[in-house]
Amino acid sequence: MTASPSTSPDVATPGGGDVVLSARGVVKTYGGTQALKGVDFDISRGTVTTLFGENGAGKSTLMKILSGVERPTSGQIVLDGQPVEFASTVDARDRGISIIHQELSLAPNLSIRDNIFMGRELRTPLGTVDFAEEARQAHQLLADLEEDIDPLTPVAELRLGQQQIVEIARSLSVNARILIMDEPTSALSASEVEVLFKVIHDLTARGVSIVYISHHLEEALQITDHAVVLRDGSITATALAVDIDLEWVVRRMVGANFDLGQPPEGSTRDNVALSVRGVSVADVRNPERSVVDDVSLDVRAGEIVCLYGLMGAGRTELLEAIAGRVPFTAGSVLLHGSDIAGLTIAQRIGQGLGLVPEDRQRDGLVQTMTVGSNMSLASITSFVKGLLVSGNREQELVDASIKAVHVKTAGGGAAIGSLSGGNQQKVVIGKILATSPEVILLDEPSRGIDVGAKGEVFRLLAERAQAGLAVVYSTSEVGECLSIAHRIVVMRRGRISAEFTADTTKEAIMAASGEAVAV
Amino acid sequence: MTTSTHPGGRASSEARGRSLDLGRLLLEGRAFLALLAVIVIFSFLSPNYFNVSNLLTMSSHVAVYALLAIGMLLVVLNGGIDLSVGSTLGLSGVFAGFLMKGVTLPFLGVTLFPSVWVVVVVCCLLGALIGLVNGTLVARFRVASFVATLGMLYVVRGVALLMTNGLTYNDLSGNPALGNTGFSWLGFNKILGVPIGVLVMIVVALVASVLLTRTVFGRWLYSSGGNERAAELSGVPVKRVKVWVYVISGVSSALAGLILSSELTSAGPTAGTSYELTAIAAVVIGGAALTGGRGNVRGTLLGAFVIGFLSDGLVIIGVSAYWQTVFTGAVIVLAVLLNSVQYSGRRRTAKPASPTPDPAPDTPTPAPAPTVEQDATSASPRR
Repeated sequence: MTASPSTSPDVATPGGGDVVLSARGVVKTYGGTQALKGVDFDISRGTVTTLFGENGAGKSTLMKILSGVERPTSGQIVLDGQPVEFASTVDARDRGISIIHQELSLAPNLSIRDNIFMGRELRTPLGTVDFAEEARQAHQLLADLEEDIDPLTPVAELRLGQQQIVEIARSLSVNARILIMDEPTSALSASEVEVLFKVIHDLTARGVSIVYISHHLEEALQITDHAVVLRDGSITATALAVDIDLEWVVRRMVGANFDLGQPPEGSTRDNVALSVRGVSVADVRNPERSVVDDVSLDVRAGEIVCLYGLMGAGRTELLEAIAGRVPFTAGSVLLHGSDIAGLTIAQRIGQGLGLVPEDRQRDGLVQTMTVGSNMSLASITSFVKGLLVSGNREQELVDASIKAVHVKTAGGGAAIGSLSGGNQQKVVIGKILATSPEVILLDEPSRGIDVGAKGEVFRLLAERAQAGLAVVYSTSEVGECLSIAHRIVVMRRGRISAEFTADTTKEAIMAASGEAVAV
Repeated sequence: MTTSTHPGGRASSEARGRSLDLGRLLLEGRAFLALLAVIVIFSFLSPNYFNVSNLLTMSSHVAVYALLAIGMLLVVLNGGIDLSVGSTLGLSGVFAGFLMKGVTLPFLGVTLFPSVWVVVVVCCLLGALIGLVNGTLVARFRVASFVATLGMLYVVRGVALLMTNGLTYNDLSGNPALGNTGFSWLGFNKILGVPIGVLVMIVVALVASVLLTRTVFGRWLYSSGGNERAAELSGVPVKRVKVWVYVISGVSSALAGLILSSELTSAGPTAGTSYELTAIAAVVIGGAALTGGRGNVRGTLLGAFVIGFLSDGLVIIGVSAYWQTVFTGAVIVLAVLLNSVQYSGRRRTAKPASPTPDPAPDTPTPAPAPTVEQDATSASPRR
C-alpha cells in the first residue's frame, strides 16, 4: 500500500527553476463539499508541469482558480512573488496567464486572423480595424509556431490540430507566460500530437511555463518536466518526471495498485452474433472517397473484439453504419444470420444491436432529462401498459440499471449534469444494456473518463460477455485493447490492416495502425 | 399540491410532474405568482373584476389562447416553433362558416348543409393537414421551423382571405330546417355554469398533460427536443415525433378557431392575426425553453391565464388599448428575462463533467480526421 500522502517520501519540491506562479494553501468549497483542501502548487519558469488526477480530483477547479475563472475560498495565489487576486479571466490574461480549454473556443466562421484578435482588435488612427497589421502579426505568430497557414483561412477549414495551434497563437499574442492546457491531445492524431509537443518544447525554451492536464498518461509523461498528482482535493505526490514511471502515477492517482484486468476467460461461444461483410461507407464530405473500405468482421457471442486505430481510421463510421446511423455503400451486416439492411435504428435496437456513441454529450445523453429518463429512453416501449408508461416498472428498471452499471448518483431523479464524466458514460452504457442487447458496439467509451471508472466499465463488459454478450470495443489507447479484448482488430485508413489475439504486444498493434513507434 | 412520495423513485418524476425539485417549483411558481399578482391588483382597481361571472368570461377568452399555446408547447418542446397557428385559427373559422352556409356541388345541382359535428371534424382535419404540411417541411425537408411555418402563416391567411374575398361570414346559427343548428353551442352554452370553451380547454390540457407525462410519445418528445441525436441513437423515431407535434398544433389551432367563431357567431378571415405571438408568449411565461426539451402544460396554462387576465383587466379598468400592448409586452420580456436567469443558473450547477471536444457539431457524422502523414508512403502490414 502507499504511504499516507503528507509523509510520503515522494513529496519533494521540484528542484531548479524560479517559481512564477504558485498556489498557497488554496481551499475551494462548493456548498458543503471541499473541492480543494489546502493545495500548494508551483509552476516554474520554462517548464512543463503536468497535473495528474482522476475526474473529480480537483484538477479543473485548481486550473479555474489559477486562470481567474473562480476565486479561492481561502488561500493565496502568488504571481512573481506577489500575492494577487484575479478579478476575471481577462485580468488573469492581462497578467500573462492563459488557459486553453478542452473544447476550443474559436469561431469557426471567422478567419485565423479574426480569431486571434477576437475581442481586442487592433485599430487604425481612424478607429477602424487595422486588418493589415493583424494579418501581419498573425502570420508572424503562426510562423513562430512553424505552422505555415494563410491567416485569412477560415477556422472551419482547419484540421483540429491546426485549430489548437490557432488557440495557442491567440494565447501567445497576449504574451502569455503561463499557458494552461486542458486535455489538448484528446482529439488529435499521433502526428498532430507530435507537432503540439514540438510547439510545447519551443515555448518552454522561450521561457513560457506550461501546465498540462491529460488523461493520456503515457503521453503526458513524455512531455512533462514535473508531475503533480491530485487526489480528492489534495496533492498526494510531486516528482520530477525523469524519476517516475506510469505505474507510479497510476498508483498515486487511484490510491492503490490498479489493474485494468484481463480479458474474461472461456466465455466465447461458437455462434456468430454479428457478421460484417465487405462493408464500405462513403465520406459525407467527399462521396467519391470511402471512409470505411470493404471491411469484414465476425463477432461471436461472448466475445470482446477491440477495434483499434488512430483518429480518422474509420472506426466511428463503421460502428455508426452497423448501428444504422449512416448508410453503407456496399456490403451487408448480418445479425444472427439475418440481414439488417433497411432496418431503422429502433428496429436494430429491438433486434438486440445497440451503439454507445463516441461523443456522449452530443450523441449519448439528453441533458434536459434526469438520470432515470436517460437510462430508460431506449427501452421505454417495453414497459407500456395500455397507452401509458408504467411508472413502477420503469422505476424498477432504472433502479436495477443504476445498480448494475454502478452509477454513483443520488437517484434516478437526479439531473444528468450532476454526474461526473465516468458516471455519465455508465448511464449511456446502462441505457443500451437495458434493452437486453446481444451485440453492443462501444465507440471510445473510455474517452475523458478516469482510470477508476474505466476499470468498472471493463469489469461490466467482461461480466456481460461471460453471459453471452458480443462486444465491439473501439479505442485509440493500445493498453486498453490488451486488457479487455479476446481479439484485436486494427483499422487503418478505412481498412482492416491487421488482426491479433490477446497475447500480442503493444508495438505490434501500433505498427499495424500506422502509428510511429520509437523502438 | 404535488409531492414526491418515494425519494429513491423519482426516475420519471420530471416527466410525471410530481417533482418537488426547487428549480421546478420556482419555474412554475413564477407564472403562478404573476397570475396571483394580476388578480389581486385588478381586484383592488375594479370592483367588477373579481367575481365568478367575470372570471368565467375571462376564462373563455383565455381558452382560445390556451388551446393555441398547448399546441405551441408541443412544438416548442421539440425545439421548433409554429408561427402558423393564428392563421390556422382564422382559416378554421372561415371554413366552418363556409360549410355552415352550405356547400353547393354544381355538377350534382345540390347544396349540402353538413351538420355541426361534421363541420367540427372537417375543420380539425383541415388543421391537421396544415400541421402535416408544416411537419413534413420541417422533418423531411429540413426547412427551419421558423421559416416553414412563417410561409404557412402567409399561405393559410391568404387562403382564408380568398375564400371570403376578405369578407366575414355572419350569423352562423344555422337553420333548424336544414338540421345544422348548434354551432353557437361551442361559444355560448355552459355546463354547470362553465362555458363550453373553458371545458374544451380543460379537456385538451388534461389530454396533453397525460400525453406528455405518461406516454411513450411524451418521453420521445422530451428526449428529441433535449438532444435529437441522442434520442435518435436510442431508437426514438425523431422524424415521426416531429411531424406529429405540428399536426397536433394544427388541430388545436383549428379547435380554437371553432370556439372563437362560435363565441363571435361570425367568422372573419383576419381572426387570430398575431395570436401565434400570444401563444409563444404564454409558453415562454410558462417556463418552457425555446431551445426545446423543457416545459409543461401546467406552466403553459398559467402563462395563457396571465396574458388573458392581464389584458381583460386592463380593458375593465379602462386603460387605453395602446397601453395594454405596452403592458403585455413588458410582462413577456420580464418572463423571458427570468427564464434566461433560471436556465443559466442551471447550466452552472449542472455542468457536463468531461465533454469530448467536438470540432464541427453541425456535421452529421464526425469528420474523418486526417490520417497519419508521417508514413503515408509505407504499406500496411496486411491487405
